[in-house]
Amino acid sequence: MATKSLKARQDELAQTNKQLEILDGGIFADGELPYFKDKISEIGHFPLRPKKLEILQINVGYMCNQVCEHCHVDAGPDRKEIMTKETMYQCLEIIKTTGAHTLDLTGGAPEMNPNFRWFVEEASKAGIKDFIVRSNLTIIRANKKYFDLPEFFKKHNVHVISSMPHYTRGKTDKQRGDGVFDKSIKALQELNAVGYGMPDSNLRLDLVYNPSGAFLPGDQMAMEKDFKKALLEDFNIQFHNLFAITNLPISRFLDYLIASENYEDYMYALVEAYNPAAVANVMCTNTISISWDGWLYDCDFNQMLGLKVASKIKHIKDYNEDILNDRNIIISQHCYGCTAGAGSSCQGTVA
Amino acid sequence: MANNYYDAADLRKFGKITEWSEELGNKFFEYYGKVFEEGALSAREKSLIALAVAHVVKCPYCIDAYTKDGLQKGITKEEMMEAVHAGAAIESGATLVHGVQMMNKYDKLSM
Repeated sequence: MATKSLKARQDELAQTNKQLEILDGGIFADGELPYFKDKISEIGHFPLRPKKLEILQINVGYMCNQVCEHCHVDAGPDRKEIMTKETMYQCLEIIKTTGAHTLDLTGGAPEMNPNFRWFVEEASKAGIKDFIVRSNLTIIRANKKYFDLPEFFKKHNVHVISSMPHYTRGKTDKQRGDGVFDKSIKALQELNAVGYGMPDSNLRLDLVYNPSGAFLPGDQMAMEKDFKKALLEDFNIQFHNLFAITNLPISRFLDYLIASENYEDYMYALVEAYNPAAVANVMCTNTISISWDGWLYDCDFNQMLGLKVASKIKHIKDYNEDILNDRNIIISQHCYGCTAGAGSSCQGTVA
Repeated sequence: MANNYYDAADLRKFGKITEWSEELGNKFFEYYGKVFEEGALSAREKSLIALAVAHVVKCPYCIDAYTKDGLQKGITKEEMMEAVHAGAAIESGATLVHGVQMMNKYDKLSM
């Protein structure tokens, strides 16, 4: 497992233009595989346009306690990009007036932002219907200052969505680092203990599964069944839903694909699994992604590729939902990741 | 043409067999797809059977395909290896059970 981000390693792939060059070149430039633009043109979806805004996804910083092999954020302890309180104030103004029903906090490990708790407290007052925090689980066990997070989440009725690559130790630790599995299990048990994930509980606990390698996720329902059975039998853990998410070929996952000589096969697999029915519901059509420094993006992946929205409103300081919603979504070949098979989004499958 | 009998990239071209015999090719792929659907056996169980058979028939394309399919279905490497052993046991058993024929023949020919 990597111990430093691509950025800290000064890896060429830390540059977004280098990643975009790869995604636009090679097998796509040769005509071996079709450009995403051409595929969605066939079904009249180009240019891709937003529908009603439903989800505000705010990335409060790239700092994380883990350095996962597949991370599309290139997050890690060495990343210093953290949302300031001033930017959080600007976000709160938007949260109060947005038409979106879901607020989705992500990172990095969002809990590592020093103003995280204050922000959650303030944001929870805005009356958002579904308030999600994406927690990597191990953060809850990383330091005693985080031990009370389950109670804190409960107090603010936060919907917890956590990553769990597999229900076996080997696969989890290989992707996320030694000891991650045991810590994650302990954290899940603690979330269960305060009521999260229990069958009739309103305290939502969902898990995110993403493949630990160069392959696509299997059927979400079947995976959920396997996860539920194994986690209950082995660890007495319960949760609500499993979201199967496809790894997109950007950042550290792209680096892994290239280094392991899987890039071309993976892109073939994505294109082969292209599902026109998933296109209409890809998450960029109902989401706005806000970066730690307040810039606006079509999705978290475009954020990591530095592709700001194609709108005259590019930053939260000028935020206007109507103008912003009247835009064309920026696409490239990484978008095949969201249209493969049953489709993929931060909320799981879309088709 | 490549100077070797197997090329991993050829697996991607499997669908092209329909080009030279459309009806039979399509019927085969339709049948193939149907076989691996969830049924009395789960798709997961079928994937493991396919992996075992892939080894017994020594098909490198099938081994690539069903190792990947197993990973996609969350099948562990321990489960995959046990499936391969199940295939190998049947294959070696099939050889060894012929030992009875050898013994019968030996006995019949011997005084």
